[in-house]
Amino acid sequence: MLTYEFMRRSLIMGVMIGIIAPSVGYFLVLRRQSVIGDTLSHVALSGAALGMLTNSYPIFTAILFTVIASLGIEGLRKRYKHYAELSLSIVLSAGVGLASILLSLGNTQGVLSYLFGSLSLVSLEEIILFVILSIIIIVTIILLFDKLFYMTFDEESAYLSGIPTRKINMFFSVLVALTVAISMRIVGILLISSLMVIPVAASLLIARSFKSGFIYSLIFGFISVVVGLTLSYYLNLATGGTIVLSALAILLVVIIFQSINKTSM
Amino acid sequence: MDRHVISVENVSFSYGKNRVLDDISLYVDEGDFVGIIGPNGSAKTTLLKLMVGLLKPEKGNIKMFGKDIKDFKEFYKIGYISQHVREFNQMFPATVEEVVGAGLKAGKGFINRIKGEDKDKIDEVLKKVEMIDYKKQKVGNLSGGQKQRVFIARALINNPKILLMDEPLVGVDLDSQNKFYSLLDKLKRDYNITIIMVSHDIGIISDKVNRLFCLSNGKVYDHDLTKDIDGASILKSLYGENVKLLLHKH
Repeated sequence: MLTYEFMRRSLIMGVMIGIIAPSVGYFLVLRRQSVIGDTLSHVALSGAALGMLTNSYPIFTAILFTVIASLGIEGLRKRYKHYAELSLSIVLSAGVGLASILLSLGNTQGVLSYLFGSLSLVSLEEIILFVILSIIIIVTIILLFDKLFYMTFDEESAYLSGIPTRKINMFFSVLVALTVAISMRIVGILLISSLMVIPVAASLLIARSFKSGFIYSLIFGFISVVVGLTLSYYLNLATGGTIVLSALAILLVVIIFQSINKTSM
Repeated sequence: MDRHVISVENVSFSYGKNRVLDDISLYVDEGDFVGIIGPNGSAKTTLLKLMVGLLKPEKGNIKMFGKDIKDFKEFYKIGYISQHVREFNQMFPATVEEVVGAGLKAGKGFINRIKGEDKDKIDEVLKKVEMIDYKKQKVGNLSGGQKQRVFIARALINNPKILLMDEPLVGVDLDSQNKFYSLLDKLKRDYNITIIMVSHDIGIISDKVNRLFCLSNGKVYDHDLTKDIDGASILKSLYGENVKLLLHKH
């Protein structure tokens, strides 16, 4: 399958998504913010719709929309301090509402591939942008790892130890937005949050430390994407769905492995 | 010389229209062991958060080591244990070593990683709280009392001058509570750390601290337990007739 240019490009993108989605998702899940992936992916849909409508790059417009939305969520969170999840619902509604209007305006035939992901030929500009953003996300997560860890289990103490928690929160929201927007091409808008959450769910069952949990998440994400892309190519299945079902299969194997381990102890 | 570690001057704070602290003033001296008590909703946690700058006062000034809390940047001087640590569940994948190390790494830059000498420091502080044997265990699997020792170790890793704790003994059994207070005694004796602790358990804490701040209806009553005071009558007005004050003379 690697004789085809589009498969090579899809695999490059897929592998990077398999790593960045769970690395961002790991912190989201542990901070009980995993729904944010769903919210931003719905906003990405409206961004992609605008891109298709104006014949520009849908990924660029999706990035723009999701980054603005992520900052909007942070802003709304401050207003609804005691009902923080309300900010996610508001932004999700805005994303879906805007997307439905933009999609109804025509020239949005390719929307299905953005909803469920596909192995379509990705332009060189897109792949360059994708690789640059992926590297930025990975390097940032590595640099912020210790600070994010502290903020994940006790944000107040982290702030009092001198960590600029507000700035890091804002910056992390932008990273989540970028991850969602650049992942939609392969995994699909409706399924990207699954790739942020399911590998993490599997890792939490066997992690013995914070670092090992993070590494397991990345390994499971990577395997899900490689297996999913391969099956999708040979069996002619929807790419995003196959990747997510591969991730679910890994989760199932981990659950069974854990149950056997418990009963044998 | 000003011995005040914390000064709260004419501070007011409200949640919406509900004024929970009304023009209060108090101070904490170096080496003090202060207990903050009061009925539910009397703004004990709010006062603690105001002291460290997690909340901004509506009116008045707060100073930490003589510096306005807004400009205070010597974070290594503060050890803080929030209520959030109680939410540490079994599935959260962090070891004792990682949690204690988090306090150390927070003060480092983005590139600097943990080194050999830092690991020695983690071991040293875990020995101090008698948790070295649990170093590789997940924090979520520990008992309430053991968790508190881990969080104290995390707070102590940067050799703070003041330790602030928000209801650290909720859900901790009596035996572990006694061990916890013995540990605090040791820390005070060996390092002269100033300790401020919010508690709901007036019976025990009033026997351990040298000063007690009682909060009620937006006001604070500062009791120096090293002197003979008629605390019982004040506390009866705060909590009702069944409350008995245990005085501790040093």
